[in-house]
Amino acid sequence: MTSSSTRRVRVVEVEPVADRIKRFRFVDVSGEKLPTFSGGSHVVVTMRAPDGHLWRNPYSLMGSPADASSYQISVCRADDSRGGSDYMHDNVRVGSELDVTNPINLFSIARKARKHLLIAGGIGITPFMSMMHELAAANANFELHYKVRSQTRGAFCNDLVRQYGSRVHTYRSDAGHALPLGTLLRDQPVGTHLYVCGPQAMIDWALESGRAAGWPHENLHSEHFSAPRPGSPFTVKLARSECEIQVGPQQSILEALEQNGIDPPSLCRGGACGQCETRVLARTGALQHNDHYLTEEEKLGGEKIMICVSRTAGNCLTLDL
Amino acid sequence: MNLVFKNETFRDDFTFSNSPAAIRRFPFPFHEDKYMYSVNIEPHVPGPKGSPFEFPIDIDEHYVSEMADRAKVLEQDPKRCQALPHMMTAQWDMLELLMTSMAASYPEHFTLNRDGDRWHWINRPLKIEQKFVFGDASTLPVGPMEFIGRQCQGDFSLQDQRDNQLWMDAGIITTQADWSLDFDVGMNFTEWHGPVPLAHQARVFERALKFLLNLQNGHPVRRLNWTMTINPRLDTSPENFHKWGSDRMTVTPENVGDKVHLRVELQGLWRLPRSNAVLFSIRCYLIKLRELVTVPKWGRRLPRVLQSLPPELIDYKGITRYRDTTLEWLSKYDDGAPTSPGTLPD
Repeated sequence: MTSSSTRRVRVVEVEPVADRIKRFRFVDVSGEKLPTFSGGSHVVVTMRAPDGHLWRNPYSLMGSPADASSYQISVCRADDSRGGSDYMHDNVRVGSELDVTNPINLFSIARKARKHLLIAGGIGITPFMSMMHELAAANANFELHYKVRSQTRGAFCNDLVRQYGSRVHTYRSDAGHALPLGTLLRDQPVGTHLYVCGPQAMIDWALESGRAAGWPHENLHSEHFSAPRPGSPFTVKLARSECEIQVGPQQSILEALEQNGIDPPSLCRGGACGQCETRVLARTGALQHNDHYLTEEEKLGGEKIMICVSRTAGNCLTLDL
Repeated sequence: MNLVFKNETFRDDFTFSNSPAAIRRFPFPFHEDKYMYSVNIEPHVPGPKGSPFEFPIDIDEHYVSEMADRAKVLEQDPKRCQALPHMMTAQWDMLELLMTSMAASYPEHFTLNRDGDRWHWINRPLKIEQKFVFGDASTLPVGPMEFIGRQCQGDFSLQDQRDNQLWMDAGIITTQADWSLDFDVGMNFTEWHGPVPLAHQARVFERALKFLLNLQNGHPVRRLNWTMTINPRLDTSPENFHKWGSDRMTVTPENVGDKVHLRVELQGLWRLPRSNAVLFSIRCYLIKLRELVTVPKWGRRLPRVLQSLPPELIDYKGITRYRDTTLEWLSKYDDGAPTSPGTLPD
């Protein structure tokens, strides 16, 4: 993904919805409609602190897919925050501007499913908010099972029950409630799909239990985010052109070269076509291959790189350009 | 662009032809003097003014006649348009994409007024006016995909994405180069590409599939594909092979220039917003060799490309029977001079 594919948005509403969880609503700064999205989508939000610090975090869109006038995300202040969720909580307020990507969906509804069994833990509820809008609008058969630590940590419990009634089941850890996954997995009609989003331990538990109960793997879904491209800057040395170019945290090597008037062959800009394959002559640190083109052996070999999507973890890379 | 729509046929008396302007803008697919499969996918961003890439959806002088031909095909064989039940959201996505694009690019021909879910579509060249409720299929005379598919040049298929695969679960296909929607519907990307020779060994489909699974909303891509067709026939389907297969035996040194056509497909791929499905558009451009050689660079390059094709490709594209006759005729236009890189006329 290139930096040019983001859009600027302005925060128009910030609401604390539970202990450590805030909901943010934002609109396009130009007043245009935002792109329509499908249930389960996320956007990658870029936060820029005044001191130049930069974070890129994926957040699920939780509003109705039918309403593209604004987007809503919820941010849980992470115990082990790399700084992004702290920044959202402490510094982003009504009027703040952020950059977001177009919606990306790596957790979409299985449209051929006969029934949808949604398993959420904590802040993992967010992708299901947009999914349930869509499922309810389509009169689909679904159930939500939502585990929270306590009433004060449980975002949206009351709203969800009000909106979806008996299709919502909540479980509170502090009250000793357990999510009856074993029973749930056993009692579903053929053609049911399970979706899980929450802490990694819960995702692993649900997927493993599903497999152990004999569910087909294509009926088991867990949330994936598009990994934001690793963002450390480095220097590229061009052996033939005899020059050095800085690659910024938001840039690909290809973009940095183009910005400096160098135009190497490229086509798809997504690591698939092979046009921008480039020989690596020297490097510090490991190559971070993000392409679909090179074989595993070639990736391990470390002598070739697709400069449209891949980078180095080190601080310097010498290319045959 | 001031479009004048021609009245012409793609069957029976085959009156189809390209105007000089249409010849100049033809999407000639060969950027060098040889050809091999590759993942030739590039971002579908606006191209030069007047080119087939200027707008997301290209409408040209053949529009009205092509739509009349599509109507005939659908009348004779309704199975050319099929959608599995879970593809309804994707159908609406496709209708929205095509209507908004056509209205924005060609406002003199198409108008779309939207008031919330109440839409009003006007298609002047085909004299169609329709008010409907977006999302409510009962307010259209036919399904959303068929409704807009009958009004837009190019074939369209809709792919559902699941299990790390793309499944061709809907489509309206009437201008195809010898493949069948009725046969392929419900198949996945790997299955329907099974018959293509050589490309599998080059891992072309594996790479292309991974790329397409990551295709993003707002960032469509395109590629060109090509084959050759005898007579300007849009509907070269397996279902109608008995009508066109034997045409290949009718090529003579006298009629090559008028009978043999280069057939180029401008293929677009879009991630759709509501359904997360992938729309695949396959827009067919035909040009008879007599028209093609009026561009000297193309006249030099095409025989060189045909000369260099591997035998598997010649067979797969169905060129075998008339390749030699075609090469002999084309060789008059190749003086051996070097050709400039790229596809555009000099």
